[in-house]
Amino acid sequence: MSVYVALRNASKIYPSPRGNIEAIHGIDLTIQSGEFLSIVGPSGCGKSTLLKCIAGLEQISSGSIQIRGEEVHGPPDNLGIVFQRDVLLDWRTVINNVLLPVEFRSGKRKEKRGRAMDLLRLFHLQGFEKRYPWELSGGMRQRVAICRALLDDPALLLMDEPFGALDALTRDELNIELQTIWEQTKKTVLFITHSISEAVLLSDRVAVMRKMPGEVVDILDIHLPRPRTLAMRETPEFGSLMRRIRMIFESLGVLRSQ
Amino acid sequence: MTIGEAWFALPKNVRVLIIFTLTLSFWQIAVVAFSPPEILIPSPLKVIQRIISSPKFYFIHTWRTLYETVVGFGLAVVIGVVLSVLVISSRFLEETIYVLLVAFNGIPKVAIAPLFVVWMGTGLPPKFAIAATIAVFVIVIDLVLGFRSVERDMMDLARSLRGSPFKILLLIRFPHALPNLFAGMKAATTLALIGSIVGEFVAADRGLGYAIMVAQGSFDTVQIFASIALLGVMGMVLFFFVEWIERLVLPWHISMRDVHHAA
Repeated sequence: MSVYVALRNASKIYPSPRGNIEAIHGIDLTIQSGEFLSIVGPSGCGKSTLLKCIAGLEQISSGSIQIRGEEVHGPPDNLGIVFQRDVLLDWRTVINNVLLPVEFRSGKRKEKRGRAMDLLRLFHLQGFEKRYPWELSGGMRQRVAICRALLDDPALLLMDEPFGALDALTRDELNIELQTIWEQTKKTVLFITHSISEAVLLSDRVAVMRKMPGEVVDILDIHLPRPRTLAMRETPEFGSLMRRIRMIFESLGVLRSQ
Repeated sequence: MTIGEAWFALPKNVRVLIIFTLTLSFWQIAVVAFSPPEILIPSPLKVIQRIISSPKFYFIHTWRTLYETVVGFGLAVVIGVVLSVLVISSRFLEETIYVLLVAFNGIPKVAIAPLFVVWMGTGLPPKFAIAATIAVFVIVIDLVLGFRSVERDMMDLARSLRGSPFKILLLIRFPHALPNLFAGMKAATTLALIGSIVGEFVAADRGLGYAIMVAQGSFDTVQIFASIALLGVMGMVLFFFVEWIERLVLPWHISMRDVHHAA
């Protein structure tokens, strides 16, 4: 395995009228090729900022972020992003939303149509390609957003709380679908969530962040067998992993057990 | 069935027609009952008779005013879109254009009309110019608001797809702002019509504004009312024409969904 993303002492400072705010502080983190790495942390711990810096949408203030050994200055090639909000374009049908990346690089839509249809089928959206986003449920919309991110078969997939706005059942369903896709394609995934159980279920490793300053305080290896099932969440192994993460938060004062 | 239910059970067009007919009937009855001097207020039947009895006269003047309004409106849309794109494309242009536009909008456009006549004569060009000048501001305001209201995540997505500013404008900002553009355009139809009439008041030999000025000179109140009625119809037709286009172009927009479903 090779290192795909490497952060060294990465910090991001936002100037504000009441003094500088350090969103992330001295982050050291590597993501291996083909690894599924989650970041959990409380709101405002800078996990979204971290993702945006890796995506080249924001610049770090100090330290370095490299993707395949190259310093990140702007959005890198070969990248797919999924946000918490699906940000589908209301005026485009499902299939045309999925094909949006083609138009941004002035490619031929025809060549990618088959690929787009395959992805829609994979996410159980066949028959919905001519529908408009507002005709779809939240879960379906987020599936379309994932298909759009996967269209160009990017090596790196960044997901910023992609299922945070969905109900628990839909979330479970999408967790399993995401795992299936990931097992088939072995993409490098950085997955941001505030759900400890979601992070444990999906990840090879879970990085735990704290806030003020936004730092990575611990990284846990998740050695649960794959493919993982929703039922595994009831196993003692799963429970003990969840407990370890929860104890980290408790020790930081984020969670109180009583 | 109560009266309220029966009323709303009627098709909307029929309801509108009934409201208009009733209003005009009251007017007619009031004029017959109190017989005010015709120079102050004529009956609606008199007004309609006048239009029917001299169709050519009213056609020529209506046509001229419509022509001025449509061309002025078209100019306002084109200029408005260009200005809006410039405003959002750089901070320098934003400040410069916005400051000038706001300052300019502070001037009552009616006051500039004579200037346009001095510059362009008494023909069609000054009317186009006045109509466009009055209508352009609302389009810029609405469209710039639309361009700017694209969500942060949407822009991040576009940037992560490494889209050029032009591609982002074309694929994201412009379609996103179309509902705002149409809102601005609907307001602009009426404003362009005002512009044409102002132009005709200042100097013209044709148009409904001209017909009103001539009638004022001879105290021909019936002709004033006839011209005003035609202007009202024209304003409505232009407004609904833009709305009809909007429905064709924006079936996806939230304000159009019910309409779209019913159709």
